Amino acid sequence: MRSLSEIDTISKRATRAKGFSWGISEEVGKCTRLLELFSLPGFKNLNQYLKNYDQNKFKQIKLISKNNNTDGKYHCPISVGVSFLDQIKMLEKLNSIEFSKIAYPLLFLPFVSRASEILGKKIFIKLDEKEFILNFNHSIFSNTSKIEIWKNANNILITFLENDNSFNENEWDEMNKFANETFLEESKELKEKSAGAGLTDND
Amino acid sequence: MEVQLRSPKEIMKLSRLGCFHQSKLSFLRSFLEEFKDWKYSRDLFELNKDGYGKAVYSFSKNKRIYSLVCFANELHEEERSDRVIATKWDAAFALHDGIPSKRDIDRLYENVPKQEVGRLSCKELTLSRANRSVRLFNKVVASLSEGKQPDKKLLSKVGYLYRTTAVYGSGKFGLADRFRIKNRPELKGPFRLEMMLVYLVRQFTFDQINHIAQNKNPKKFVKLDEKIAKGLGIGNSTGLGMAPFIINHPTLLNNWVQSREIILKKIREIKIIEDDQFSIFYDCLSKSIINVENWNTDSDFQKNKIKKLLNDLNKTVKYLKTVDKKEKYLFNAIYKWAENEVCQECLEYLVSIFMEPFNDIVNDYKKNMSSDEDKYFTIPSHRTIIDLRDILENYYSELLKLDFNIKENNKNFWFISKNKEEPRLGNRFEVKGSELEQPLAIARDIKKLYERVIVSKNSKTIAEFLIENDDLRHVVRRAFIIEKFPYSEILDNTIGDKLMPIDMLRFKLSFFGAVKFDPRSDKWLRICMFQGAPLPNQLKNFDDKWIYDSLN
Repeated sequence: MRSLSEIDTISKRATRAKGFSWGISEEVGKCTRLLELFSLPGFKNLNQYLKNYDQNKFKQIKLISKNNNTDGKYHCPISVGVSFLDQIKMLEKLNSIEFSKIAYPLLFLPFVSRASEILGKKIFIKLDEKEFILNFNHSIFSNTSKIEIWKNANNILITFLENDNSFNENEWDEMNKFANETFLEESKELKEKSAGAGLTDND
Repeated sequence: MEVQLRSPKEIMKLSRLGCFHQSKLSFLRSFLEEFKDWKYSRDLFELNKDGYGKAVYSFSKNKRIYSLVCFANELHEEERSDRVIATKWDAAFALHDGIPSKRDIDRLYENVPKQEVGRLSCKELTLSRANRSVRLFNKVVASLSEGKQPDKKLLSKVGYLYRTTAVYGSGKFGLADRFRIKNRPELKGPFRLEMMLVYLVRQFTFDQINHIAQNKNPKKFVKLDEKIAKGLGIGNSTGLGMAPFIINHPTLLNNWVQSREIILKKIREIKIIEDDQFSIFYDCLSKSIINVENWNTDSDFQKNKIKKLLNDLNKTVKYLKTVDKKEKYLFNAIYKWAENEVCQECLEYLVSIFMEPFNDIVNDYKKNMSSDEDKYFTIPSHRTIIDLRDILENYYSELLKLDFNIKENNKNFWFISKNKEEPRLGNRFEVKGSELEQPLAIARDIKKLYERVIVSKNSKTIAEFLIENDDLRHVVRRAFIIEKFPYSEILDNTIGDKLMPIDMLRFKLSFFGAVKFDPRSDKWLRICMFQGAPLPNQLKNFDDKWIYDSLN
């Protein structure tokens, strides 16, 4: 078994070898490690992407906007990922972002995951039929159980989720009632003695 | 009275870092403190009469067990090399998490002796190999088998029976990643498991040499005297492989140096020094001079440094005899005197020994020596160019003065050797391959970054700046790290013609707790670890200033 440290180092060096800058390669190393930590096949997908890198001129993206369409070439997932991460504070204001065509989209996910941590917000991402929720870089929730090599996604929608609860007030009250059963009803005597201030705490 | 922390601009120069010495903060000393109440045992010792075979040693406490698995193999003289490029060694070791099963030992037997080309699992924590000292090992065997203790003079000259040539950890070759074990309280300090491996290897070398000598002449044999064994350590030869570490781990570098600097500041701020505190300092200093006198090296560079150090240490002892021990802020006065009167090597030596009487101050900082590096990896890209410019001007002002158009300032490049996957240094004007340069020329790249920053709009965000300047992303990251961690960067040129790579090695090794630095060239050196340390059966009750008693 290869350790995460080895995966990070080899991914970084391999990315550098394809002409990415050292700084970008460091990001890719960390992101591949993150995917493997989440049991997603980052290394496998990066390997395929880099193998195809020279013959397919992937589209680099610099400034991300609300709609990022491309007619021809697929976007480079590293370029989209790094730009997304760097520009995240500005992108949050857009509420949702669309892309068309991202190559090896799995490689884009860890950048979004890290962005979720920076924002302190969950991020929903739909890549064709596959859906993911990135939870503050702590976990990735998905409707897809098996991913191997994932060559491309054509329609990508990213939504920043507000920090809402998954339950309603009624459910809260019901649970709160259960929780209150761990408390002791105070008698007059207890009220006087147990808090230390007597029946009045006025100055 | 408030004493200012020494400035990183003064301390983070390579020539200064190369003057650092072991101290109470050193990892091998804090390892012994941490593990002193663990149970030590030798669980397996199956060596043939020549000392070849396997052995297992362990430390255990509650339900946690760490086991060193040792393999000693026959090595022909022509196969022996202490250089990292060697492929066979006298002995190879792995530290296993738990009790190794027979299956584990069989698996390790197939892989550990192969070192870099073998594969380990996440059940293994550290990996190493070592060679017998050709200057000493056979002579000690001969003495013991003849019923005599070995010649102390010779032992003192070498200092160890075995020398390791590499100690690997943190995920290398399949070993466990740091994140798997970092929350164990006993492993909070850096390099704890590397220290444990070396410490247990030291015991193996004593057991093996006794075993060989006994088999050679069972009737006359005597066991190596424990007092003599205590005065022996484990040698280590270290080359350039270690140098990039302190560049690649900036927050860790900061935490090591900053802890040392804060401790120094606190000691200088103590108004009243108790008599016994001064005595501890004075005793440690006086005893340590004998260690310096026994410091052997063939290197003229080091010989000169030792000569100057010895001279200044004697001058310091003379001065200390004249000080008024009741003087307020005594250690500040001593420091200020030393700043003007002794060389940097001696000044840093004194800083280390200042710590000896002050457990209460030092212990708090031992816990701060690790770092959660990933926390500081992401670039705060919402910040602006003016922020970055301020950081560069405030923290890197010395580096910004360098002119990299001058050939001498740009002479070297760091690369990774294909054969051994080890860092190397080449002259970019003489050898081909500088296009494969590693990102270790921080001074040059920071300067480049500054030149681009000063022509950028102040209000531009870092995100916008990076769109056109992604080739400098690695140093943008570092700049935002130094803002939080002022001692995180070597403020010197790591590619100039005046670079002495051993300064980088010596700095790191001083934090390990190594002594007797013996440069073999400007790129590698020999050292000794655990010389004078208590043996495992003495750990329950030992003097934490043992390092000053070694070979006295």
